[in-house]
Amino acid sequence: MADTAVKNQDVTPQVTGEAKPANALDARLAALSLPEGGFTAAARADALARLRDMGLPAPRDEYWRYTDPKPFNAPEAAPLALGDDLGDSPLFGDLDRLKLVFVDGVFDAEASDDVALEGVEIDVLSVADRQAAHWAGDLYGALEASGQKPVKRPFAALNTVVARDGVLIRVTATPAKPVHVIHRRGSADADTYWHHVVRIEEGAELTLLETGMSGARSNGALEVDLQKGAKFNYITSKRAVHETVGLSHIFARVDAEAQLKSFTLSVNGRVMRHEGVIDIVGDDAFAHIAAAVLGDGDIGPFHHDDTVFITHAAERCESRQVFKKVLKNGAEGVFQGKILVKPGAQKTDGYQISQALLLDERSQFLAKPELEIYADDVKCSHGSTTGALDEEALFYLRSRGIPHERAIIFLVLSFLADALAEVEDDELRDQINDRLEAWLTDRAGK
Amino acid sequence: MLKIDNLHVKLEDEDKQILKGLSLEVPAGQVHAIMGPNGSGKSTLSYVLSGRDGYEVTDGGASLNGDDLLEMEPEERAAAGLFLAFQYPVEIPGVGNMTFLRTAVNAQRKARGEEELSSGEFLKKVRAKAAELKIDADMLKRPVNVGFSGGEKKRNEILQMAMLEPRMCIMDETDSGLDVDAMRLVSDGVNALRSPDRSFLVITHYQRLLNHIQPDVVHIMSNGRIVKTGGPELALQVEEEGYGDLLTGAQ
Ligand SMILES: Nc1ncnc2c1ncn2[C@@H]1O[C@H](COP(=O)(O)OP(=O)(O)OP(=O)(O)O)[C@@H](O)[C@H]1O
Ligand SMILES: [Mg+2]
Repeated sequence: MADTAVKNQDVTPQVTGEAKPANALDARLAALSLPEGGFTAAARADALARLRDMGLPAPRDEYWRYTDPKPFNAPEAAPLALGDDLGDSPLFGDLDRLKLVFVDGVFDAEASDDVALEGVEIDVLSVADRQAAHWAGDLYGALEASGQKPVKRPFAALNTVVARDGVLIRVTATPAKPVHVIHRRGSADADTYWHHVVRIEEGAELTLLETGMSGARSNGALEVDLQKGAKFNYITSKRAVHETVGLSHIFARVDAEAQLKSFTLSVNGRVMRHEGVIDIVGDDAFAHIAAAVLGDGDIGPFHHDDTVFITHAAERCESRQVFKKVLKNGAEGVFQGKILVKPGAQKTDGYQISQALLLDERSQFLAKPELEIYADDVKCSHGSTTGALDEEALFYLRSRGIPHERAIIFLVLSFLADALAEVEDDELRDQINDRLEAWLTDRAGK
Repeated sequence: MLKIDNLHVKLEDEDKQILKGLSLEVPAGQVHAIMGPNGSGKSTLSYVLSGRDGYEVTDGGASLNGDDLLEMEPEERAAAGLFLAFQYPVEIPGVGNMTFLRTAVNAQRKARGEEELSSGEFLKKVRAKAAELKIDADMLKRPVNVGFSGGEKKRNEILQMAMLEPRMCIMDETDSGLDVDAMRLVSDGVNALRSPDRSFLVITHYQRLLNHIQPDVVHIMSNGRIVKTGGPELALQVEEEGYGDLLTGAQ
């Protein structure tokens, strides 16, 4: 594999001072109906003020250089021309889990299970927000707000302002099964938003699955607060039809001895951007963020961006970022990942790897790995590689009688294995792997 | 079985001729050994026969049971019964040995129009063959060749050969890196596969392997050609005297 390693240290993001055209934001907001909110009212007002202050992103913004914000800045979502049917059975379909279905970001009680799960309090935002007070009031928009520094995230603020629905999950004792949020598409031109809030109390554990796509354009946010010793496994799978554009955000606060594990599988989509903002605030905690991305530019343009910001503000914590993208037929991948180690965050162990497997010469990968370290006793490393298929391995497989296309699938799965390994549960990992294999088989030779 | 006729091969991107008129015939049921100094083109021959990229055949040809080998894709050659035990087996992280083997076995069966093995049948077979080669369950589960010792990799090659049941087995220095016991295991594995309709081309530097796997014919290769062909005594001669006289005598 022809590897080129990118290594740069202490790259501080520059703040761009140019004013944003206010009318673009006004046009964007004018196209939306803004909910007043109940317990979220103050947070929404605050987010709106912040958003007005920030404006919408422009291509010259430090973290929007590689991804054109235009499709997200546009007041209306571009309607989908393609049919909705991806022909798959639902992922995790045969798993015992609590299903919560959202259609274009709106909770569908009929299609969902009863929201009763021992050890867990579940509310739906659209219902809970009729009340003036709720436990999620401390968190809604709060982690998003703190995640705005030092990098602005206007679409996350927009989400706090606009989202009417989502799940609010408070875990007091580890439930017997995972919670599964399923997104479905209702209409071909829907502009959809959802905002989840999760709080895991001391020592409890939750596995949250989130799959599917909604609308023509989506903007999702998850704020998760892990109390001491809490554990959160978050596994998402997003497979889009080609015209879909989507943004998603995860804002996490990780307290002492807590463990966050997030894995995202993304397939297709015209422009997809996932932002992760993880603040490790208590000692002896860890956060692992991984993603496997398959991009195929054959049917339409494909652009996929992962932008991750992990802050270590406590001692003896570990963070790990594993991002793998498989790109073909002119697909583009972007990775922007930062590890910030604050003063005093001694014995930090930070690791970041971003890799792309380019299946042809038209595809490209842009990576911006960053380390910013203000403590002296830390171990941090990052690396980024871009490579083609290993011809030697390909020949080895073929020499055993494995057909060319199938051999490529093997090598792609092999490339993604490190990211998949971040899914702790064997059954879930196997299901994801099988699904990946099926998708790859479907696209083989195209 | 295998017929190589006046084969001339050069590197695709370099003006370098490696095989310079190599002719060789391995009839069904026979074991032929090829010995020859480093760099004489033995591995190149095995790669060209199995279809690796990067070479250009400038003259001559090779056929397996009458079918033109050089026209086929590597996987077609495998399905036609050709197998190469690599001098340097390749590590494939993230692909389990079992999955790999099962896919290979069934892909070949499918290509030949045979019924695929069920998981039960496959497991039973692979366990039995692995046990014979003293390959433990853990090695079967691990990614292909990853972290295997040199000798373990070679045994894994022979396991693949035993599972795939090829008709024409080319073994490129399978003995190098094997300890004395492993050499015996591997040889027993090979001998168990010997049959009237299966042939072997065994590339080796050492006569020792040929004590275990008795060849019918020994070829000496030098500078891209077979320069001498004889019986097992030729290997003994190489062992005792080196190549010096053989090569000068041949010219
Ligand atoms: N891809 C390549 N690029 C450059 N030279 C090559 C390449 N492949 C083979 N050669 C050269 O061709 C010659 C034959 O190599 P080959 O590996 O076939 O020899 P061999 O007989 O198998 O040697 P050994 O006994 O050391 O395994 C050598 O001089 C080698 O350096
Ligand atoms: Mg060799």
